[in-house]
Amino acid sequence: MGLADILIKFGLILIIFVISLVMAMYSTYAERKVAAFFQDRIGPNRAGPWGILQPLADGGKMFLKEEIIPTNATPFLFIVGPSLAILTACIGSAVIPWGQTMLIGGYPVDLQVTDINVGVLYIFGVVSLGVYGVMIGGWASNNKYSLLGAIRAASQNISYEISMGLSIIALLMLTGTLSLREIAEQQHSWHWNVLRQPIGFILFIVCAFAETNRTPFDLPECETELVGGYHTEYSSMKLGFYLFAEYINMFISSAVMATLYWGGYNYPGMDWVAAHTGPALGPLIGVGIFFIKIILFIFFFMWVRWTIPRFRYDQLMDLGWKILIPLAIANIVLTGVGSTLLTHFGY
Amino acid sequence: MESLTNKKKVLEVKPLNFLERAYLPAIASGLATTMKHFFKKPVTISYPEEKREFSENFRGMHSLKRDENGKERCTACGLCALSCPAEAITMTAAERQPGEENLYREEKYAAVYEINMLRCIFCGLCEEACPKEAIYLDGDIVPADYLRKDFIYGKDKLVEAPLNQ
Repeated sequence: MGLADILIKFGLILIIFVISLVMAMYSTYAERKVAAFFQDRIGPNRAGPWGILQPLADGGKMFLKEEIIPTNATPFLFIVGPSLAILTACIGSAVIPWGQTMLIGGYPVDLQVTDINVGVLYIFGVVSLGVYGVMIGGWASNNKYSLLGAIRAASQNISYEISMGLSIIALLMLTGTLSLREIAEQQHSWHWNVLRQPIGFILFIVCAFAETNRTPFDLPECETELVGGYHTEYSSMKLGFYLFAEYINMFISSAVMATLYWGGYNYPGMDWVAAHTGPALGPLIGVGIFFIKIILFIFFFMWVRWTIPRFRYDQLMDLGWKILIPLAIANIVLTGVGSTLLTHFGY
Repeated sequence: MESLTNKKKVLEVKPLNFLERAYLPAIASGLATTMKHFFKKPVTISYPEEKREFSENFRGMHSLKRDENGKERCTACGLCALSCPAEAITMTAAERQPGEENLYREEKYAAVYEINMLRCIFCGLCEEACPKEAIYLDGDIVPADYLRKDFIYGKDKLVEAPLNQ
């Protein structure tokens, strides 16, 4: 790997980092706007035209707020909590293939930070690390509401990770690889995995809602029962980090869903477009398509938030253990039988 | 026991069928409902820039009226203060001096006329009590302020602008 490659990688990392932060920033704005539209309101419209400077105003406010560490809290862990939350949220994007390899002046530029052969497992590992931020923060606050929120987050994430993993197994049986790049390449043009794995996709998206602590599974921070949940004691930018991490997680899980099930950067007619636009612009259009898919998923997250009320905790556990896990296992069996039969009859 | 009114309606709770228990169709119809609202025109009025129209009998801030020659109508009879259930109005009467005929309509006028807007309940009894048609609650909403003393409105804020302006 030459110096140019290293520089390109650094540039790519920087761009992805900035993009995920900007996406998270504007997700907060979009969330407020979308919420307003769903409730027949206008939403933030004072900071800049149509309120587009609202995230900057919110961020500035967060930075200027007083930073409080409660007397009874464990100061070190109290700071580690939100740092861990935002760290794990940011490193998830490393294995996502954002587009096909570009050729700029004959020089190949890979639009993926690293193509490790266990990409899916890496994502899972990072996602399950994410709950430590919540748990440590909630525990270090030394507040019963925070602790309850943290415990809820932990048990919820563990329960839903199982069915998430099982729903992925059915997909991996079809793709035969854990590398996200290869999974994306297999879905060339319109051969999207969601067509082969509709049940798996529904299971995955339900689990993704639970993993990102979004409504209807936002029990760790359910304000009607737990004040603020795990971040009750947090103020200033430490609170901002928790909220920010949630939106980055939403962005990353949207990207993962789009890659695994909705074809990533592939779209029908991409070969024709690639032939007519050249090896530099063609992949960029694919990146644009990928981002459109991601934004649609983020919108779906928000749409569901303003539609479905929150589950009760026992209902959440019922859904996770008694419905999603059996369904996921049935889906694996179905996929196995189906693909065996299809191979047997020579498709 | 026989019911007293015959209005009692016995509801039968049916067990949910499979589609209802599957929950997904219900979610889909819920999503459709919220999506309908997404494209609805918002009912919000951006308040300080646009204002909702008041109804005809809206009672807002008071104004002390002038007659057709621009003279103040109020004669400081005190009926408004007497009728006020919130005791928001106070006034001091004074006698009109020679040379002030173009300012005040009658020989007596209110030298000080104060309404405490924090006490006022905007009932409109003062305008009903006034025999001279001098006070009307035809103004805007009383604006917010920081100090209690600033809510005691004197003649500078209450009297209508002179005619020649």
